[in-house]
Amino acid sequence: MKLTQIRAQFPVLDSQVYGKPLVYLDNAATAQRPLSVEASWKQSVEQGNANIHRAVHYLAGVATDAYENAREAVRAYLNASAKEEIVFTAGATAGINLVAYAFGEAFVGEGDEIIVSVAEHHSNLVPWQLLCRRKKAVLKVLDIAPDGSLPVESLEKLISERTKIIAISHISNVLGLVNPVREMVEVCHKHNVPVLVDGAQGIVHCAVDVQALDCDFYAFSGHKIYAATGTGVLYGKKKWLEAMPPFLSGGEMIHTVRFSGTTFAPLPQKFEAGTQNINAVPTLVPALAFARECRENPEVEAEQEAILDYVYKQLTEDERITLYGVPRGTKVPLFSFAVKGVHHEDLALILDKMGIAVRSGQMCAEPLMDRLGVTGLLRASFAPYNTLEEAQYFIQCLNKAINMLV
Amino acid sequence: MTLEEKKQEIIEEFALYDEWLDKYQYLIELGHNLDPFPEEEKTEENTIKGCQSRVWLISEKKDGKLLFRADSDAIITKGIISLLVSVYSGRTPEEIAADDFGFIGAIGLRENLSPTRANGLVSMIERMKEIAGQSRQ
Ligand SMILES: Cc1ncc(COP(=O)(O)O)c(C=O)c1O
Repeated sequence: MKLTQIRAQFPVLDSQVYGKPLVYLDNAATAQRPLSVEASWKQSVEQGNANIHRAVHYLAGVATDAYENAREAVRAYLNASAKEEIVFTAGATAGINLVAYAFGEAFVGEGDEIIVSVAEHHSNLVPWQLLCRRKKAVLKVLDIAPDGSLPVESLEKLISERTKIIAISHISNVLGLVNPVREMVEVCHKHNVPVLVDGAQGIVHCAVDVQALDCDFYAFSGHKIYAATGTGVLYGKKKWLEAMPPFLSGGEMIHTVRFSGTTFAPLPQKFEAGTQNINAVPTLVPALAFARECRENPEVEAEQEAILDYVYKQLTEDERITLYGVPRGTKVPLFSFAVKGVHHEDLALILDKMGIAVRSGQMCAEPLMDRLGVTGLLRASFAPYNTLEEAQYFIQCLNKAINMLV
Repeated sequence: MTLEEKKQEIIEEFALYDEWLDKYQYLIELGHNLDPFPEEEKTEENTIKGCQSRVWLISEKKDGKLLFRADSDAIITKGIISLLVSVYSGRTPEEIAADDFGFIGAIGLRENLSPTRANGLVSMIERMKEIAGQSRQ
């Protein structure tokens, strides 16, 4: 596919806001959905809607197949070794909560320790805080280096005999750097500590192979990788998922229910209680196909590289601007920055009126904002359907906005 | 000038700008010209916390009228605050409590006030009304 064909998959990119062409640079919050995803949704709603796994009728079979095909597509995308290791959730937050609860129930007790980084999204922080409160466990925090990177050496120093799990983002939604997850997993496994990777951003920018990463859990949301909202995936190694008690309970996750006691369904149904997101989950198939197509498309890749180069250069060479997350080698086209003497909200308001959608504020990472000593930042995050031309327009408008404000 | 006259004046002023950026430019100017706010009054108690920008508001009652002073760390918000202060400061609590603050919509700034934007302005208006309500009793 040519880049123009890729853009044609997203009609909104052709629209105008306040009489200006829309430039959507808030992809880290949620990506747009391609027509192929819409078609899958439509197909499911119009022709394939029935509750899955339960009934013997024809339509139930169609819906169940679509749902289970999606599981296979996710398994293949992540290169997981078995479908049982793929649990559908409502998103990254839901997946992380599942682990914080169920792993916590099974393995975390008073005085035990959990490690997170200071750069985590609240979704990969608060569930662990709550677990620590429930179990009287201790939350330890891995600091970032001044350039925003995560130093593997300091991780090893934080690990103790009481460490039960570490939870770390693949890519922070603020810093936009690919963290050395493989190395971190190695260090943790040396001490028999499992690793949960918050892949909400990582899945979008990296080819993820969970066997090569060797992480124990990997959680992401469908909506950030072009699928319907309300979809999500938790990959978990079978040995952990089997050892964990159910999180939510109810229909579909049981084997037998008696008042004398209930036994649970095998994986992955054990963690999929209640009616699942049957119309939306199949959209993961075209969404992941689209993501793969973009990753393997030389034109898109070249454009993304050009955007990264250009925006990085503009933001780092401008003395008024401080970019957070600087190592160029691990940078993805997600830029959070502050402008001296200018409030991020003002910039976002003005850019909005120029047609540019960017994010401003704390971006669900208050501890990181405190650590960086800012009240918030401005973030521009690019997707494969964005163009270098849009990046140039963004920088031009940013300059104009700054000049209005200083 | 009565409250109604003052509001009308601002509505007419804003009618001069049909470009968004000109409107913002004007608000930025107003923000820069707002009377300085005493640093020592930037306390937790006087802070109206929005999601992004912070707003500070203090009031006093003098000769039956409420006087407001306010500030924000974001300049466009500060410009809108300056409008609010110029309209409502020096009015009686009854006048303020009875007003619907609809003129903000009439000058095209309603979207800056919509609660989904989660800035401090909505809360600032609520706080002004609350203060007016309390000092009426
Ligand atoms: C790094 C990271 N983790 C977790 C989340 C939470 O994702 P969701 O809200 O889709 O559950 C996000 C989304 O903003 C994120 O960027």
